[in-house]
Amino acid sequence: MVSAATSRLEGLRGGAIDAGTATVVLFLLGAAIFLLVGCLQSTAFAQFTIQGLAVGSVYGSLALALVLIYRATHVINFAQGELALLTTYIAWELMQHGLSYWEAFAATLAIAFALGTALQVTVIRPVQHRSVIAVVIVTVGLFILIDGIVDWIWGSTFKFMDSPFGTASFDVGGVQIQHLYVGMLVVVFVSVLLVWALFRFTKLGLGMRAAALRPSAAALVGVRVESMLAIGWGLAAVLGAVAGLMAEPSQLFLTPSLMQPILVYAFAAAVLGGLESPAGALIGGLLIGVTLTLIAGYQPHIGSFRITPELQTPLAFAVILLILLVKPSGLFGRREVRRV
Amino acid sequence: MKRQIPALASLVVVAAVLVILPFILSDYNISLVAQVGIFFIGVLGLNILTGYTGQISIGHGAFMAIGGYTTAVMSRDHHTNFVVTMLLAFAICFVVGLLVGLPALRLSGVYLALVTFALAVSVPLLPLKWSKFLGGTGGVASYNPPSHLWVYTAAWACSAILLVLAWLILRGRVGRAFRAVRDSEIAAVASGVELPVYKTLAFGISAAYAGVAGSLFVLAANGFAQPTEFGVFLSLQLLVGAAVAGLGSLWGILAGAAFVGLLPTVSSSVPVIGSAHGRNVVFGVAVILVMLVLPDGFAGLLARIRRLARA
Amino acid sequence: MTALLELEDVEARYGPVHVLHGISLAVEEGSIVTVLGPNGAGKTTTLRAISGTVRRAGNIRFGGRSLQRVGPDGAARLGIAHVPEGRGTFSELTVWENLRLGAYTRRGSIQPELERVFSYFPWLSERRRQQAGTLSGGEQQMLALARAFVLRPRLLLLDEPSLGLAPVLVAELFRIIRELNEKEGLTVLVVEQNAHLALQAAGAGYVLEAGHVVLSGSSAELMADDAVRRSYLGY
Repeated sequence: MVSAATSRLEGLRGGAIDAGTATVVLFLLGAAIFLLVGCLQSTAFAQFTIQGLAVGSVYGSLALALVLIYRATHVINFAQGELALLTTYIAWELMQHGLSYWEAFAATLAIAFALGTALQVTVIRPVQHRSVIAVVIVTVGLFILIDGIVDWIWGSTFKFMDSPFGTASFDVGGVQIQHLYVGMLVVVFVSVLLVWALFRFTKLGLGMRAAALRPSAAALVGVRVESMLAIGWGLAAVLGAVAGLMAEPSQLFLTPSLMQPILVYAFAAAVLGGLESPAGALIGGLLIGVTLTLIAGYQPHIGSFRITPELQTPLAFAVILLILLVKPSGLFGRREVRRV
Repeated sequence: MKRQIPALASLVVVAAVLVILPFILSDYNISLVAQVGIFFIGVLGLNILTGYTGQISIGHGAFMAIGGYTTAVMSRDHHTNFVVTMLLAFAICFVVGLLVGLPALRLSGVYLALVTFALAVSVPLLPLKWSKFLGGTGGVASYNPPSHLWVYTAAWACSAILLVLAWLILRGRVGRAFRAVRDSEIAAVASGVELPVYKTLAFGISAAYAGVAGSLFVLAANGFAQPTEFGVFLSLQLLVGAAVAGLGSLWGILAGAAFVGLLPTVSSSVPVIGSAHGRNVVFGVAVILVMLVLPDGFAGLLARIRRLARA
Repeated sequence: MTALLELEDVEARYGPVHVLHGISLAVEEGSIVTVLGPNGAGKTTTLRAISGTVRRAGNIRFGGRSLQRVGPDGAARLGIAHVPEGRGTFSELTVWENLRLGAYTRRGSIQPELERVFSYFPWLSERRRQQAGTLSGGEQQMLALARAFVLRPRLLLLDEPSLGLAPVLVAELFRIIRELNEKEGLTVLVVEQNAHLALQAAGAGYVLEAGHVVLSGSSAELMADDAVRRSYLGY
């Protein structure tokens, strides 16, 4: 009965739904139920969960940027976090010059797009077909360069950015849901939705998908593959900018090391979801966000050892390591055959 | 392997220069050259890992942290002799490196880089958790820290010793196995090289070297081991140094060490950008340019020059 | 009358390996021309040289205009549709998306073009939401052909269309190719292993061996040629 159902689905959706995917879906369903029950039982749990979802959406957005680039070029952009940092500082600067938050937001997204495409064309294109180490070093060089630019222009003192969502909260049955968290979720959700729509419904999006899937076949139908890659980098930069801007209000202070741990969380999310799966990146982000926030909130004990908030990044590292060792394709990725 | 060690004459010249320098340089410049020596050790070790077995690690700063903290803590608590702490750092990091190398076996290319990046960001946070033992944000202060001259001497003496050690390792069976792994893992396995053993070994060796470098690094900082000094940037420096060095040339490693040891500091003096704040801009641009122009690092450049000279 | 496509002394290589050693051929507008030869002769490479997918040297003129600096996406924009070995369809995308990609170089609506394609391949219309990878081999080949035809190319390059297909499907495929040629004036250059079918569909042909043109002529001449009959037609 299952096989009949799945073969019907085969024709409709992209790809068969196999036992693996079914397990993952069940797991996610279980997690959702667990969270729901917890929220209903405890106000603190509910608040941590909402916060976790909000920061998780930020991780997911940055993870999505990473996946976008990885899918198209198999390059891991180690500088993605720093690029997001730069665009956040640019937004801050624009606001210092009188723009309102949302005006600065929009302008920053445009600037991010331009920066992303410019980077791909100037720095990445010459090396993307060379050895792995060459590309890694170049993105590392970008990391250093952008970090240096931020430090040079704005220094390392804290900058304060007003949250556009204010400090008020919704009161839902005794649970305080901050406007901030709702705002973060909405902004990220809308941005991701728009990017998804671009890919799904526009000719440009189709061209980009084709270029990522089979560059040589795409070229034969007239797709300018290199340009698609540049645009991909631009979009990734935009998603990163959204992550950076939404990360800042929740952290309150803009500092040069803002994005480093977030990049690690984003890596964890991307790996958890499967490096080639956009949906996986987002869901991974939410999972990581909720898990880390709950742990940091409850600080559980293992014997006499207490898990405190500074352990969040090492925990994310542990997640990355575990996933890559146990199931490298993540929750939603396809099993990659290492051609021997 | 003969290419690896340049003529004895040039080695002697380098040694002579290093001996003379402290007499003519200011204390500040002595510490700069010591810095190069420290990075020489770290880059040499990482070069063995990345260049010979092709494993990319953006996490060796973590090993430097372990080595550095070993020195600082042993010195603070037991007033241990610094050289002894360096030996300890070597041993501890070798073991930790082997342990890290085991899971690393299952990760290749970018995935390993990813994991080690996360490691590099995570490890400096650990002293914050165990702040009583590891000093928290304030760091750990060594007992009776040494002078810059002492560090200079120790750094270059260790460099020489560890260089000879590396040469011995690489000329023998181990080196041949390493090279086989680099050239083709599949072929290496087919000819009986036990991949896991050698890849893990490379990790251990490179970690041990980084550990010693870390010890010296802390000693150079007036004996202070602080979490902020061991951030991800340090790991980036090491990797860049190893890549810029290229493969198969001692001079390359020296060039790579000088590149990452000196350039960030020198960049502060560059006009317009110059200031401690802007130096990474110059450094970053330099890294990118070097990778674009010299994909095989300085070793590749030297090889090209030699070929031209012969023609 | 200058031919639509002219190759003059064209060489091509993959890295250090030279595959084409100076071949010359011409394809008249509105004709079907076939390229025959054993494996490794350079037939696929010839098509790749035309669409700019491989490093090449020599004179290639399309509609009088040199293709010297034109890469694959440029060739597509000039009206050259290349259906490569392995079909070049996107298995992960739907039938409709594949067809839409065929019209990538056209701005605006392509409804009339799609209607025309569906008139030749009616079954495609029902399957438009199906993932291309779940089609059978023969259906994918038809899809590849349909996709190439969406924008009415000036020249269609077909690489081994019969590969891996059951004879019935192959016959159908060539029937459609002939129909497109007769009704729509589609110019076709087809590389084929199945010499018999190819020569029956084509008006002229070239025989390639080890990167050289060893024989050329009308299909009647080729079918009558002893060497061709022995090597490629089996009698």
